[in-house]
Amino acid sequence: MTISLKPNNSPPERLQPTGWLKYLSFSLDHKVIGLQYLVCGFLFYLIGGSLAGAIRVELTSPLSDFMPREVYNQVLTLHGTIMIFLWIVPVVNGAFGNYLIPFYVGARDMAFPRLNAVAFWLIPPSGLMLITSYFINGAAQSGWTAYPPLSITTPAAGQIIWILSVLLLGGSSIFGGINFIATILKLRRPGLKLMQLPMYCWAMLGTSILVVLSTPVLAGTLILLSFDIVAHTGFFNPSLGGNVIVYQHLFWFYSHPAVYIMVLPAFGLVSEILPIHSRKPLFGYTTMVFSIMGIVVLGLVVWAHHMFTSGTPPWMRLFFTIATAFIAVPTGIKFFNWVATLWGGKISLNGAMLFSCGFIINFVLGGITGVALAQVPFDVHVHDTYFVVAHFHYIVYGGSVFVIFSSIYHWFPKFTGKMLNENLGRFHFIITFIGFNLCFAPQHWLGLNGMPRRVAEYDPQFQLINQISSVGALLMALSTLPFLWNIFQSILYGDEAGDNPWNALTPEWLTSSPPPVENWEGEAPLVIEPYGYGEKNSNEPQEVNK
Amino acid sequence: MPKLSAIITLTSSLILGVGGVWIAYNVDMLPASASINAPVYDELYRVLFIIGCILFIGMTALVIYSLIQFRRRPGETGDGIDLEGNITLEIFWTAVPAIVVLFVGLYSYDIYDRMGGMQPLMHDHNGHMESQNERVWGGIGSGPVEAASSSNSSSLPIELTAMQFAFIFHYPKGDIITGELHVPIGREVSLKMESKDVIHAFWVPQFRLKQDVIPGQPTILNFTPTKKGNFPIVCAELCGPYHGGMRSNVIVDEQEDFDNWLRENSKESI
Repeated sequence: MTISLKPNNSPPERLQPTGWLKYLSFSLDHKVIGLQYLVCGFLFYLIGGSLAGAIRVELTSPLSDFMPREVYNQVLTLHGTIMIFLWIVPVVNGAFGNYLIPFYVGARDMAFPRLNAVAFWLIPPSGLMLITSYFINGAAQSGWTAYPPLSITTPAAGQIIWILSVLLLGGSSIFGGINFIATILKLRRPGLKLMQLPMYCWAMLGTSILVVLSTPVLAGTLILLSFDIVAHTGFFNPSLGGNVIVYQHLFWFYSHPAVYIMVLPAFGLVSEILPIHSRKPLFGYTTMVFSIMGIVVLGLVVWAHHMFTSGTPPWMRLFFTIATAFIAVPTGIKFFNWVATLWGGKISLNGAMLFSCGFIINFVLGGITGVALAQVPFDVHVHDTYFVVAHFHYIVYGGSVFVIFSSIYHWFPKFTGKMLNENLGRFHFIITFIGFNLCFAPQHWLGLNGMPRRVAEYDPQFQLINQISSVGALLMALSTLPFLWNIFQSILYGDEAGDNPWNALTPEWLTSSPPPVENWEGEAPLVIEPYGYGEKNSNEPQEVNK
Repeated sequence: MPKLSAIITLTSSLILGVGGVWIAYNVDMLPASASINAPVYDELYRVLFIIGCILFIGMTALVIYSLIQFRRRPGETGDGIDLEGNITLEIFWTAVPAIVVLFVGLYSYDIYDRMGGMQPLMHDHNGHMESQNERVWGGIGSGPVEAASSSNSSSLPIELTAMQFAFIFHYPKGDIITGELHVPIGREVSLKMESKDVIHAFWVPQFRLKQDVIPGQPTILNFTPTKKGNFPIVCAELCGPYHGGMRSNVIVDEQEDFDNWLRENSKESI
C-alpha cells in the first residue's frame, strides 16, 4: 500500500485564507471542514430546536390554538428533516469524521479533499433552501417520511423544495461516505494494521458502507416521487394505478439504516472518550469491531418493521420481527463492553464523561423500547403514537446528541487550544439530562394510552402529561445557554490546553492544539495501541512495535 | 473475597429480578382492555416490561455505581486496571441477550398467532373472500383463534371508508351509513377498510389494534369486543391538517340494544 506522507493535494498556500475567514472559504483542510460541519450543524440544531419548542407550546393545550394546522404540519416536517439531515448526520459523520479520521489513520488529509469541500458546501444552501420554502409558499407538510398520497396532494412547491434539499443532502452524505471508506482503507500510515485502528474508524467504515449502499435508494425513490408530483406520473399515486406501500419499502430501506448512520458514529466516539477519561483500555476491542459490522449487516434487513400496520403479509412481519430483535445482541455487546471499560477505572467526572454515561443510560432505555416495538403484536398498538416519538428521541437525542455534546467537551481543547469550564459542563449535563427525561419519558405513557403522533390537537385527558413534557422541553432549551456561554467564554478567556490535556494516546493528541495544517510537524506517529491505558503500561505514546 | 463478590452479585441480581416483576405488576400504564385480544396483548406487554425493567435498572445501577466507586479522588493520579477484555464475559453477554431475544421473538410469535395474525383473511359470512382475485392485505387480529371456530359464521361484516377527515361505516345488513361504529358485545366484527384519498389508520387503543386504511388497497381487521362502553377511534397516520381532529367512537352494546339500533336505523326491513 502506498502512502503519501507529504501534504497531499494541497493547493498553493496563497489560495488558502487564514484566520477565521478560512472557515467561510472553500478550504481543503479536513480540520477546517470538520469544524465547518460542526458549527453549521449546530446553527441548524438551534433552528430545529426552536421548531421543537413551537411544537411543545402548541401541545400544552388540547386544542389547535397556537398556530394554524397547516403551519403545525410544516413545523413538524421541518423539525424532523433539519434534525436528521442537517444536524445529527452531518455532525456525527461529517464534523468528527473529517476532523479525526485522517489523524487516526496517520494521514495528512482525507483521500479526496476537493470532494470533501464540495460535500460540506452542499449543506448550507440546501438547508437554507429548505427553510426559505416556508416563507415562499409554505414548506412541505407531509412529515419527514413524505408518504404518498399525502405528499402528492399537499401543496407541490414546498414538497418539491423538500425533495431537492434532501437529494442534495443525500449527495453530500454519499460523497462523505466514499471519502471515509477510501481514507480508512487506503491512506493508512505504513505499519498501521486495520485491527490497530481506533474504534471510531471502524464505526465510520461501517456507517459509510451503509451510507453508500442505502442513500442512493432514497435518492431514486424521491426522484420518482417528484415525477408523481410535477409530471403526474403514477409510481406511487393509487388513483393512477400506483402503489403507496412500495414507496414505504423504498423509503425505509434507506431510513432505517439512517438510524445507524446517526448512532454508529456516536458509538465510535463514545469508545474513544470512555477509555481516556476512565484511564483504562477499551474493553473487548475485537468484539466491538465485530458487533459494529454485525449491526451494519442486520441494519440493512430490518426496514419493514416500520410498516407492521401498513399491510404486510404475516411471513414478512415475522422475519422483520426476528431480524430487528437480533440487532439488540451486537448492540448489547457494545453497552456491556462500555460498562466494563468503566469498571475499575480512575474516572474523571467531567463534561465529556458525564454526557457519555448519560448516553449509555438513555440509549439502553431507547433500545429496550426498540426491541419491544420490533414485536408485531406490541407494535400494532403503539405504532405511530407518542410511544414511538419517545423511543426514537431516546435513540437520536438521548443517544446521538448526548454523544455530540460529550465529544465537544472532549475535543474542544484540540479544536481551539483552550479548555472548557468543567463546572459549567457538569451544570449543562444535569439540566440537559433532567430536561430530556422529563420531556420524553412521559410520552411513553401518552402513546400507550391513545395519543397518536403528529397531532396538533388531542384528547383533553392527556393535557397534564403533555404540559409536563413541555416543561422538560423548556429545560432542554435553557440548557443550551450555559453551553453557549461556556464555548464563547472559553474561546476568549479559557485556560491554555496544551497539546495533550487528557494525557491521551490517540494520534490527534500527539500534535499541537490546534494542529498545524499538515497535522504533525514531522512524520505521522505510529500508534498501534490506541487504548494502552492501565497501570501496567506507561503513559507515553507507544510509537514502536512491541 | 471471590465468595463475597459472588454472594453480592447473586443477591443484587435476585433483588433486581424480583423488583422488575414487582414494578411490572404494580405500574399499570395501559388503558382499559376491551377486546378478546387485549388481555393477550397485555400479557406480552407485561413480559416485555419485566425484561425491560431488569435490564434498564441493572444497567443504570452499574453505570452509576461505577461512576461513584471508581471516580478519581482529589489528588489521585495514575491509571485504572489494565484489563483489555475477557472472553468468558464476552461469550456470556453475547449468549444471554441472544437467548432472551430469541425467547421474546418466539413468545411474541405465539402471541401473534393467538391474536389471529396467522389466520387467513376472511370477510364475509361464509369465511370466503368475496373474490379470490381480490388482493387484500390484512391487519393483525384477522380472527382470533379462540373465536375463529365458534363465531366465524356469525361475524358481523362492516365496511369502513376513511377520508380526510372522517371515518364512514357502512353496514351491508340494513344498508346503514354512520360516522360512529356500533358493535355488539362478544361477537366478532370484520372490518373491511379502504381509503378514498390518503393513508389513514384505524386505531382503538382499548382494543390494542391498529391497521392502516390505504387508498387502492383494501385491508381487513377483525376483532371481538368484550366490554360494554364507548371507546375512541383514532386516526394514527398523518393525513393532513386536521389529522389530530380525525376521531370517532366505537359504541359497544349488548346484543339486544345493538339489534334495536340496527332496526331503528336500517333503510330496509331485516
